[in-house]
Formats: sequence, C-alpha cells, structure tokens
Amino acid sequence: MPVEHFDAIVVGAGPSGNAAAYTMGKAGMNVLQIDRGEYPGSKNVQGAILYSDALERMIPDFRETAPLERHVVEQRFWMLDEKSHTGTHHRSDSFNEERPNRYTILRAQFDKWFAKQVRAAGVTLITETTVIELVRNAEGRVIGVLTDREGGPVHADVVVLGEGVNGLVAQRSGLRPELRPQHVALAVKETHFLPEETIRERFNLSDENEGVVIEVLGSVSSGMVGTGFLYTNRESISIGVGCLVSDFAEKQIPPYALLDRFKNHPSVRPLLKGAEMKEYVAHLIPEGGYDAIPKLTGDGWLIVGDAGQFVNAVHREGSNLAMTTGRIAGECLARLKAEGRPATEANLKVYRDALEQSFVLKDLRKYRKIPKLLKQNRQLFTTWPAVINRSMQAFLRVDGRDKRAKEAEILRGLKTARGNWLNVAADMVKVARAWR
Amino acid sequence: MTNKAAETTVPRMEERLYQNRYMVDEGNPHVRILPRQGGDSPELRALVNICPAGCYSLNEAGRVEVAADGCMECGTCRIVCQGTGELDWSWPRGGYGVLFKFG
Repeated sequence: MPVEHFDAIVVGAGPSGNAAAYTMGKAGMNVLQIDRGEYPGSKNVQGAILYSDALERMIPDFRETAPLERHVVEQRFWMLDEKSHTGTHHRSDSFNEERPNRYTILRAQFDKWFAKQVRAAGVTLITETTVIELVRNAEGRVIGVLTDREGGPVHADVVVLGEGVNGLVAQRSGLRPELRPQHVALAVKETHFLPEETIRERFNLSDENEGVVIEVLGSVSSGMVGTGFLYTNRESISIGVGCLVSDFAEKQIPPYALLDRFKNHPSVRPLLKGAEMKEYVAHLIPEGGYDAIPKLTGDGWLIVGDAGQFVNAVHREGSNLAMTTGRIAGECLARLKAEGRPATEANLKVYRDALEQSFVLKDLRKYRKIPKLLKQNRQLFTTWPAVINRSMQAFLRVDGRDKRAKEAEILRGLKTARGNWLNVAADMVKVARAWR
Repeated sequence: MTNKAAETTVPRMEERLYQNRYMVDEGNPHVRILPRQGGDSPELRALVNICPAGCYSLNEAGRVEVAADGCMECGTCRIVCQGTGELDWSWPRGGYGVLFKFG
C-alpha cells in the first residue's frame, strides 16, 4: 500500500463503521475503511433484528435493495421453566405498514450490502486486512494505523474505531481498559433452515414477509444472567442463548449445552422440527451499560458501536445504536473538516455532546442500574419464572378444588419461593426503581 | 443434521462446526497458551468447558491445550484469562479464520 493520507480511516465494516464511513463519504471526505474479513460481514454476528429508523436516516430507500428477511409483526416474550412457558404476545396488523419498523436479517449478507452502499459513496475499502495498532506522532496524537499488510502505516486526520466488542486496537493502544467478564455476554446461535411455507404455517404468518420474534427469560439461562431468543428469517430460524461471561466462568456450563437444552425444550422443539442446521456461531455482546462505556474520544480518534459498549440490553437493541453512533460521528467529523478544525480531543467533544442529546445515551442512562440489579438478583432469572409458571398451572387446572383454595395455594407458593412477603415486595420495588 | 421432534438431539462439536467455513492459517495459530509454572490457572481450566467451539482440552498430563482451528473468534477466552498471562491472543491475519455465511 503506497503511503497515502486520508481525511479519515474507519476500522471495521460492521453497522457502526459502515454508518461512519457512509456519512463521511457522502460528505465528500476521502475515507479509507479497513476490515479483516474476506468480505464485509464475514466476521460479523448478530441475532439479528434490523431497526429501520437508524438506517433510514442515512439510506431512506434501503428497502428497495437491502437483503431483508421478514418484517416483525409479532413479538413474544416467554418466561420459561423446564416444561412450560408463560408469556405475552403482541401482534398487530399495523406492523404491516408501508415502511415496516423492524426486520430480521442475516448479518453476513446485510453487511455486504451496506458496504456496497458505502463504496458507492466514494469510500475506499480494503478487506482481508487486520489493523494491528494506532500510529501516533511525537505529541501523542493519533495519525494513522498499522496493518498486517506490507507497506508501513497509513495516515489520516482521524481514526474511527468501529472494531466491535473486543476492541483490541483501542485496548492495545492504551485508549481503553480491557473488557471485564461481567460487562460482556457470550451468545451462541444456530441457523436452522426450513421451507418458507413451513415457517409461515408454524408461526401463523400470512406470507413470506411476515415474521415473529421470541425473547426468553428463565430456565433457558440455567441460573445465569442471560436470555434466549428465536427469530424467524425467510427460510431459516435463528435460535440462540447468551449469558454473562463472568457467569459462564463461574458456573462452567458449556454454552452449546445451554443452547441444546433450549432447542429441546417442549415449547421450542416443535418449532424446529425437521430443520437443518447450517451454521453455528458465537459472539460477545457488550452488556455493561452506561457505566461500562469507555473514553470515547481523544486527539485524532473516536470510538463507535459495540467497541463503545453501545448496547441497550433491556430492549435487545445494538445495531441501531451502532449505526446511530457511527452516523453521528461521521456528521461531527464532516462538520469539523468543513470548518477546517482538526480532530483534537477538545474539538471532538461535539461527538459526546451529540450522543448525550440522542436516544443512545438517554436510553443507556435510563437503564444505568439494570446490569447491577440483574447480577445481584438472580431470582429474576430463576425463582420468578418458575413461580409464575407454577401459578399459571394451578390457576388453569380444573381439579374439583374451589377457587379460593387455589388462590391461597398460589399466594403461599409465591411467599415460600421468596421466603417472606417483604422479599416479594422488595423485588418489585427494585425492578421498578432500576427501570425508572 | 435433522432435528426430529420426538428425540433429544445433542450434536457433537465436530458436527456442529462442520457447516462453518474456515480459512485456517496453517502453522500460525492466533491463540497460544503460555504455560505457567506450577500448573494452569482456574480461569484457563474453565475454558475446557466454556469455549463455545470446544477449542480447549486437557492433555494426558492434565494440562490445558488449545487447538484453535474451529475458533469462532468471540474473545471469551481472552477476557476470562486476561489477568493470568497464559494466553497470547491476536486476531487471525487478514482473510484467515472463521468466515460466516449468515452471521
């Protein structure tokens, strides 16, 4: 690679890196994007739900060409015990709108498409190239990157780190501390293929465009802080489970054993019947929330996406936060460039300020106390789902006993499960306060 | 593999990873163990159970070994063992390693 100078270098071609590169390319900046995959997307993993809003703000007509699986018309939330699930469903025909709100996607294919739009915006992309470290000048300002390709460093006015959850470049360049096991979840997922009509019938869908999302809490995580999920794609089902790395390390439960148990749960097994598994993946998800966000900017660099811990674990949102942080970073850098101001730490304060004004940091701040609450209150993943399922059983079974006796049994079961009524009340107060 | 409703299916790790695509960088593993004197740490030993690709195993001498060919590059091992100094972990060279079809 010849020594060349760019306005910006973007590390990574996931949702955050692509959003940043696209925005700067559209603004006429000279941008180099570097990804370590064979093609953009080949190293990238997600559940995956695409939230239209974040993408629409950059590419309003994305629906015409993007590889989308199904738009979500129904969301199920299940609390699981060993044999049962109790939950809520929300299904609405209003999700069958002209511009649907959420879609299931396959990230390897979607990211490839997004990267094509980025290149069309004038960005230079090099793949199969791993960034090793940042290059600084004598004053400590970041002035470029060193890759595993021959030819020495590549220089730029600013480096945008959209390198994903592991964030090795930032970490090894001393910009951020190492991730802590309690701040990341390990998720494993399998993609199971079925004929489109089978998925349509099994999930009660009208056509090949409608989809269902199931989020699962309870025995699926075997006492760890975690959740399971099942998403319908056009001709496949994505099924996975994720729990905190600190919990896996302590309990030493193999993640694939957890996934196998979930797949074989009586509520899930019929949904996967006859399916052919065609891929098994694992990935980390940043779940530390607001307090785990690292320093986001410095002289000549800024961080976007998962690398900045931008995931709302409560609402299972991540790719939209990635795209939004990437877009906002791109906009800020384009403005600085236009005004002829360098990307110093002081000038990059506009990025942090803009994030504070957006839903990204407002939401993460709102749920700031949730990660700690979940770690300290395992009963929310164990006792409560079990009690709720037992109570529903007692409520629904008709066995000659009178209703008042049944109610008393349900209440007794609730009290026994948590020791006393004070604990029951405390759980409710704790959740309400952390949620607020 | 096929998942029949009536039976519990628990695929072996080789079957599970069989469908994945990899470009293995022969002779240049991206994860290496730097064995500690006096035995492996509990963190390193935990990886035998919790590595999602089953890359870690115990050898005949009871020490932990790694074979990273099936690695899905999640980084769990790196984070669990960050304080022990027993892992030399880097991304595979550009273009090598796991290549997701669906992601």
